Amino acid sequence: MATETQADNARRERQPNPGSAAPILLSLLLVILVAATVFIFAARLYPAPPPITSDGVQVDRQFDLTLYVTGVVFVLAQLGLAYAVFRFRDRGQTARFTHGSVKLETLWIFLTLVLFVGLGILGGQAWSAARLTPAPSGSLQIEVTENQFVFNFRYPGPDGKFGRLDPNLVSAPTGNPLGLDLNDPDSKDDIVVPSLTVPVNRPIELLLRSQDVVHNFFVRELRLQQDAVPGMVIPLHFTATRAGRYEIVCTQLCGLGHYRMRSFLNVVSASDYQNFLRAQAPAR
Amino acid sequence: MSSPSHPVPAAHSASGSFLRRYVFSTDHKIIGLQYFFLALVAVTVGIVLSLLMRFHLVWPAAHLPFVSGGIMTPEQYLALVTMHGTTMIFFVLTTAPQGGFGNYFLPIQIGACDMAFPRLNALSFWLTFAAFLCMLSAFAVPAGAPISGWTAYPPLSGLGEITGPGEGTGQTLWIVSIAIFCLASLLSSINFITTTIDLRASGMTLMRLPLTVWAWFVTAILSLLSFGVLLAAALMLLLDRSAGTSFFLPLGLVVNSELQSHTGGSPLLWQHLFWFFGHPEVYIAILPGMGVASHVLSNFSRKPVFGYRVMAISLCAIGFLGFLVWGHHMFVSGMNPYSDMAFSLLTLSIGVPSAVKTFNWLGTLWGGKLHFTSPMLFALGFVSFFVTGGLSGIFLAQPALDTMLHATYYVVAHLHLVMGVAAIFGIFAATYYWFPKMFGREMNEPLAKLHFWLTFIGVYCIFMPMHFLGIAGGIRRYADYTGVDYLAGLQPLHRFMTIAAFVTAAAQLLFFYNFFASLKNGPKAPPNPWRATTLEWSTSSPPPHDNFGGAAPVVYRGPYEYSVPGAAQDFLPQNADPSILSGGS
Amino acid sequence: MPTVPAIEIVEPAGSGGGPGVPPPDDNDRDHGGGDSGGDPEPRYSPPQGLSVTGIIVGLAGVVMFFSALVSAFIVRKGLGGVDWRPFEFPRILWLNTLILLASSFTIVRSRSFLLANDAKGFRHWWVVTAILGLFFVAGQLIAWQQLVDAGVYLAENPASSFFYVFTAAHGLHLLGGIVALVAVAFRKPLLRKLAKPTEAISIYWHFMDAMWLFLFFFLLAGYHG
Repeated sequence: MATETQADNARRERQPNPGSAAPILLSLLLVILVAATVFIFAARLYPAPPPITSDGVQVDRQFDLTLYVTGVVFVLAQLGLAYAVFRFRDRGQTARFTHGSVKLETLWIFLTLVLFVGLGILGGQAWSAARLTPAPSGSLQIEVTENQFVFNFRYPGPDGKFGRLDPNLVSAPTGNPLGLDLNDPDSKDDIVVPSLTVPVNRPIELLLRSQDVVHNFFVRELRLQQDAVPGMVIPLHFTATRAGRYEIVCTQLCGLGHYRMRSFLNVVSASDYQNFLRAQAPAR
Repeated sequence: MSSPSHPVPAAHSASGSFLRRYVFSTDHKIIGLQYFFLALVAVTVGIVLSLLMRFHLVWPAAHLPFVSGGIMTPEQYLALVTMHGTTMIFFVLTTAPQGGFGNYFLPIQIGACDMAFPRLNALSFWLTFAAFLCMLSAFAVPAGAPISGWTAYPPLSGLGEITGPGEGTGQTLWIVSIAIFCLASLLSSINFITTTIDLRASGMTLMRLPLTVWAWFVTAILSLLSFGVLLAAALMLLLDRSAGTSFFLPLGLVVNSELQSHTGGSPLLWQHLFWFFGHPEVYIAILPGMGVASHVLSNFSRKPVFGYRVMAISLCAIGFLGFLVWGHHMFVSGMNPYSDMAFSLLTLSIGVPSAVKTFNWLGTLWGGKLHFTSPMLFALGFVSFFVTGGLSGIFLAQPALDTMLHATYYVVAHLHLVMGVAAIFGIFAATYYWFPKMFGREMNEPLAKLHFWLTFIGVYCIFMPMHFLGIAGGIRRYADYTGVDYLAGLQPLHRFMTIAAFVTAAAQLLFFYNFFASLKNGPKAPPNPWRATTLEWSTSSPPPHDNFGGAAPVVYRGPYEYSVPGAAQDFLPQNADPSILSGGS
Repeated sequence: MPTVPAIEIVEPAGSGGGPGVPPPDDNDRDHGGGDSGGDPEPRYSPPQGLSVTGIIVGLAGVVMFFSALVSAFIVRKGLGGVDWRPFEFPRILWLNTLILLASSFTIVRSRSFLLANDAKGFRHWWVVTAILGLFFVAGQLIAWQQLVDAGVYLAENPASSFFYVFTAAHGLHLLGGIVALVAVAFRKPLLRKLAKPTEAISIYWHFMDAMWLFLFFFLLAGYHG
């Protein structure tokens, strides 16, 4: 039966010498991490483009609030770790024997619960404005149909009614990508175009559809994103407050062309919008 | 301690052929090592795939000699994405921490001589191995590996080759592999749970279990209750693809202007089933790492874990809440927006036990006597990455913010920081910590530390910029930036991350070299090089076949009695008889 | 101040298991851990009920598997649509249900013989249970055949798909139980060693019976409710 003496133990033990650089280096790295992260966020080096809806402004406000709160926690936690690593590195002291503190635990649980859930409740307001309230009455309805790998936008035309669609009639090569049933009188004035043109300051309601796989509709400036699911029609509403040309991308993996499935949102003046409708009116 | 007349006992049974002892062994230690080496192969595959991805994102038009056609196509890129995610999540993060270290050390740490069902254990490993081979075979079929991501959403994954290359046989092999993996995990979790409940040594009460055991136990419960759901979903997807059913495929699908015949299923149903599994799955990936972090931090702070009871309860709370939050992967899926709010509040609540654990890790360090060995460094790194990754989740947990961050690189940053980094650091900490015990040899410390510094800096360089990329609108799973105008301006971030990725990957060679060289030539390890308290350190390195050399240990105290005032040394092993300790005056 | 002597770290003598402790290489942890000549140290004496714990844990996993299918059914039924076409249950399903119910009684009877140490009685009723199980599976296959003849096959419509998936999944699990029954029937060890394994198998069997009762009435209500 072999025994080990304490001397053997001490010799064997891979204890770094008290002058080891590891704690100092680790603390330093954590400080650099914190400084760099705070700097890049504060300097807004890679910001999202400015929002063009009031709902979007609310989203950004909630984002900033979350950034401040989590930022403070991030700084305190990483710097706390850096400090602990530095302060309590082995310099021959005895460790303090304790199993914990119920008081501190309770305090911490309460604080984080209030902080995190509180953020969520506040964030609910931005969500509610965009998603839990229906589109304002009088919204311009535009149907969005996605398939591999294009967007198609359908306007109801002067009669304000969408014509019937028949999946049997879908034929992109012959110019009927949506399967519009031209026997239906409501279809005659429907406009189908590959990019989305809307008038500024007017409530818009999009009706998202997909023909084949799950796609997505995302415009950064709208701060709006929604999957388009085959078999469902999903409404999305917004009011753009600034004219301009914005990219629409698909963010839900939809096949090999996923990376190039892109369209444009053109927010134009009311008169330009009328010109667009007139120019696109089908000669049926 | 090894002496000339007592050679270090081997960790395998003394009798039987090579096949019986090392290949089809029912010894949990051998099986644990088998899982571990499987994960080592899988992580190598996963890293290579990710390097190819990172390279392509910066130089999409580059000529690659081994790619058929010379230039990587978008579908090849997506196949890399799919297989990288699947390999890493299933065959590394669900394998090494639980099947590897859990299998090896759970019985020893509770004082048992093996798992409850050793043959079932061996079956679980070989099923996992078969699943891995099946997964890899998807690369070998003519149309290649699937392109639907590790999430395999139908209809993209449900219609066969018409939705894209790789969606034929490749996708089928993927689904079959996953189904086999589900079975393996279910069988393994039965073993873990039964063993922990029934085979604890005398005196090993629940409140004296090492936190690693708590973590493996809760993880096994998560596995048990979630993999069955994935199995059901996988079977239904397989039927949709090959038997003409319509569980996930709605009426009126038109692919390439051709009408499909399906009769009204729901793509959202797949998402619900998948994420009901998928969210517990990510906790399966991280919980063992949390156990290891607590264990290692305590050992090298020479202090008990701060708030042991709360730590054990938080593991259970995270596990439980983990089943209630799956909808946060589906905020923009078309789900009822009111459900979104419910899932959001539940998700934010999970932040509470997670924050408590972080606070307690800091509390464990506080007032300690810190020794910066390589396992300690990786455990400290774990804490840092878990803080960063966990906090970034607070943004994603709010649907209003998820609306701009969903499916961007922000999510990729978050998931990699918690899974691809924190959990991996947990695995590294465990490896450096338990290598001496498993192999009876010591690893090279300076090399291990260098591995830590390079990896710590490297992964922060890779994944911090991803947050900014995502906020600016960088979309994930894009083969390149040429299809969208605004992405060109974000390429500098991609270049930086790719360079960091290659450097960090190269640094992992230090680990591989250290591991295998030490296996062969490392100095002999004593039974307890870390002066630790738990049962695995009370037996030889490596342990004998029945773990304790004939005598079941008796446990007298909790697992983290370090620096107990009045004791002659700064640690009290769990099985040290107090009558010996209290003698004398 | 009391001093504490240094802790000795003792390396276990010998390699590959100590005296008296057999290598653990089978599922029946029935080794009582015989004493070997006055050795005072505690022995491994694994608890008897491992297989029972294991089966109960395993059944939790099975419940989740079937729950996934049940919730999928509920979701799909809720979507409705013209292609949700319920159909008449073949009447043999009622007979199958009774057969399976009977088999739960026979397995209980079998175990009471076992606990009374009556090997013949035990084996007789145990085999009867297995045979009833086989009749059940055969009956399910007949039901499938009848449905196919009536034009209701797997991919015909979502409602029928679920029926086939549920019955196939349940049937496969039941077959697993039958395999276990047969394996035990052909063993010749001491009866007392079979107490726990047969308890585990009968728990599984009763559960599969209860699962069938649930599925049968759930689907009945789901299609016609």
